[in-house]
Amino acid sequence: MKTRRDFIKISTAGAGAAAISFKAFGSKGFGLFESKIEGPASDEDLTPYPTYCEVCFWKCAAWAYVDKSGTIRKVIGNKNDPHCNGRLCPRGTGGVGMVYDEDRLKTPLIRDTRKDGSQYFREATWDEALNKVADKMKEVKEKYGPEAFGLFNHGTPGGQFHHLLKAYGSESNAEPAFANCRGPRSSAYFSTFGAYVGSPENTDIRDTKCLVLIGSHIGENMHNSQVQEMSDAIDKGATIITVDPRFSTAAAHSNHWLSIKPATDIALLMAWIHVLVFEELYNKDYVEQYTFGLDYLKDHVKDMTPEWAYGITTIEPEEIRKTARAMAGAAPSVIIHPGRHVVWYGDDTQRGRATAILNALLGAWGKRGGFYFPEGVSVPAFPHPHFPEPKWTWKDWNEGRYPLATMGITTEALKASVPRYNYKHQLKAWLVAGTNLPLSMPDKRLFKEAADAVEFIAVMDTMPMDITGYADVVLPEATYLERYDALRASPNREPNIALRMPAIEPKYDSKPGWWIAKQIGERLGLHDYFNYDDYSEVIDWQLKQLGTSLEEMKKVGVKKYPRKSGPLYLGDDEDFEFNTTTGKIELYSVDFADHGFDAIPKYTKHPEPQPNYYRLIYGRAPMHTFSRTSNNPNLFDLMSENSVWVNPKVADLWELENGQEVWLKNQDGAITSFPVKVRVTERIRWDSVYMVHGFGHSNKKLSRAFGKGASDTEMVTNVMVDPIMGGTGMRGNFITFLTEDPVMEGKEVKA
Amino acid sequence: MRYAMAIDTKKCVGCGDCVVACQTENNVPHGYCRDWIVERVDGTYPSLSLELRSERCNHCDNSPCVRCCPTGASHIEEGGIVTVTHHKCIGCGACIQSCPYDARYSHPDGYVDKCTFCLHRVQKGQNTACVDVCPTKCLYFGDLDDPNSDVSLAIKDRAWKVLAPEAGTKPQLFFLT
Repeated sequence: MKTRRDFIKISTAGAGAAAISFKAFGSKGFGLFESKIEGPASDEDLTPYPTYCEVCFWKCAAWAYVDKSGTIRKVIGNKNDPHCNGRLCPRGTGGVGMVYDEDRLKTPLIRDTRKDGSQYFREATWDEALNKVADKMKEVKEKYGPEAFGLFNHGTPGGQFHHLLKAYGSESNAEPAFANCRGPRSSAYFSTFGAYVGSPENTDIRDTKCLVLIGSHIGENMHNSQVQEMSDAIDKGATIITVDPRFSTAAAHSNHWLSIKPATDIALLMAWIHVLVFEELYNKDYVEQYTFGLDYLKDHVKDMTPEWAYGITTIEPEEIRKTARAMAGAAPSVIIHPGRHVVWYGDDTQRGRATAILNALLGAWGKRGGFYFPEGVSVPAFPHPHFPEPKWTWKDWNEGRYPLATMGITTEALKASVPRYNYKHQLKAWLVAGTNLPLSMPDKRLFKEAADAVEFIAVMDTMPMDITGYADVVLPEATYLERYDALRASPNREPNIALRMPAIEPKYDSKPGWWIAKQIGERLGLHDYFNYDDYSEVIDWQLKQLGTSLEEMKKVGVKKYPRKSGPLYLGDDEDFEFNTTTGKIELYSVDFADHGFDAIPKYTKHPEPQPNYYRLIYGRAPMHTFSRTSNNPNLFDLMSENSVWVNPKVADLWELENGQEVWLKNQDGAITSFPVKVRVTERIRWDSVYMVHGFGHSNKKLSRAFGKGASDTEMVTNVMVDPIMGGTGMRGNFITFLTEDPVMEGKEVKA
Repeated sequence: MRYAMAIDTKKCVGCGDCVVACQTENNVPHGYCRDWIVERVDGTYPSLSLELRSERCNHCDNSPCVRCCPTGASHIEEGGIVTVTHHKCIGCGACIQSCPYDARYSHPDGYVDKCTFCLHRVQKGQNTACVDVCPTKCLYFGDLDDPNSDVSLAIKDRAWKVLAPEAGTKPQLFFLT
């Protein structure tokens, strides 16, 4: 089918010439490079500039060390920062590779059409590109209202464009981070404790005596301070319990690994609750004083015995009892980790509720070694006029679906962009800031249909990601090491702020996100919302309100403030009103019952793989994040492609060998665009396969990452939607192996 | 003085941060590394064990790479640190062949390169870059002759092993098990 917007794959000179397959895991390289590299520089010869990392969302504060030639030599964690304690993770240490990636977007690009009808990108001036975006925004506003201009955003630069859209009159924004990742746990913990689990999570791992990870992969996810604190907890002899169908790194470092059958987690959680309640191991004083609904819960779980759960989960009843008792023995210094990327089977908010109820029964919320009360710094907004009131916002796409969603749902934004869904409010154009939608959204067909339906797409990024191939205008952004950005003020044990300032001038013709947003705003007559020449003026003004200054922050990078909200933990028997309907921790959720949802979680059986198909489990590797780091030269060195983990029994059955390339095909007939290498390992069950997310890039301009490994997202065509908050469950997909190269025509999803 | 390193395999998550930190600290060219991660899995699902360990030059007391070097480029610095003087190295590769740990590589500029225990930092009393960056704090460095050094304290009360003890090289990397 000929579409209005072809996906433009631009060939680049020399692409493919430097195809280096190198793994840091066990081998040490070979002489393919010419090098004129100097030896190590002494720190005294380098100038440190404060920043905070933008490779993932943990936002660790750091120093970028610049040499006399103006080259960033290394990035080192800020010792005073509670997000990193002076130690960055591999992605943060390799963040410098983002700057020196020669594949970066270098100049604005505009989609154009040749005489033969084929489309291509031509280089443009900033003025032309910005005018084009602003003109389209004016046109959309006139024809449909500003609300029809939608924003997909992520990360710090996303905030600048959210500001622009609000000033323009639109609140039609969504970020994959909510419905595709952590939304279910937000709704679950809010309904239980009247508080959100923030970022960083308020888990007091440092002082815990028992840490329970269920589908949480600390160590493979490099959520920096949590990895550090788990290591400290191991040193102090804490009990680690990991529930995972895969023998993850965390499982390997645990006292108990429960190798659960996938999709049965709620049964295990309910059985644990059963043991705590009926063996009377729960924290009685705490439960009596702070919680609501114990009797309902008791009645609900009376038949959910470990023996019942054994038949579902394949975990031995005695193992369920033993681990429940270990939690109770450690209480209240115990954490059932709320997890991250918790969108699995569509009942994810209820699974989150089950973990929250367990934490409540153990008395862990508000206790040392459980969950602390975080506090952030409130950064005053730089003065500007009130934003105009939009006629409709992301809340209205839903039209009553997902009543407990607290942010825009990305799949709803896509559906609102496709006329055949007939949404009352429709999106006509998109701005995409810092999120690589084709690799972060499930259901690629829906994405393609939506991208084709909208009239205009502008993409701001540092790299030619897959999403840039769909753009009408590409705006090359400076990397985080080349720009000022909003102050970081995430809640933590101690309130704190962190500064990001440029360590070097932006390379090529890239520009900081704040500059791009302001330039578009000025063209729309919105100067009053961008009343500054340089964003450092905004930061300096804000810092002065906070009793410091840009000058001071340039020297320290991070500043901590005393807590105002009270102690980190609840006092003994302290009166406390929770922000829920009953003012108590709700074991029985009144809010859920009022909305017609189960007030207490129940186990639902999920589909299982058909013969010759295997459940697709995907996850993270510590050196990569999202789909945005695969081309980073430093991180590519660590891991250049993903592989598909296959149990040896399955490999025997299919006669697959280690390192053999296969294509994956799912239950709906979707086939991976690229082959992926088989990794035969005992670390995965025989009913499942595993792969790391974020590989299989199809944009040829990514000279290293193009075609390396396969995209797990391509295999996620079945999306199990959470009825409570719209979370997009992505673990209900099953794959089989193709050992021969499938024909090109077969690669589109036909289901 | 005897510099050494201990690696706690019970805490290492194999993230490779030590590898990138070494790369940026020492300007190791892309495609090469002076340290690396080894993953070893034993058993059958679900009775499994996994060992992750960060490896590098063992800075052996009895170092075959130094003995076999025809030009004296490979030599032992103060504190037992094995290092290569680049301008003396003719790139013959004899040391690469002799190393039981496969710890050396041919630098594209024509000399053999390897871990230096960050000699330039250690001489200033700092830790190596890999030790300083490790998010799990599973790497310990210091002087074995000092009973209070991080490395001495790390191996004092823990079981440990060295790699390829049969090679008789007296390696100075201790893996806590």
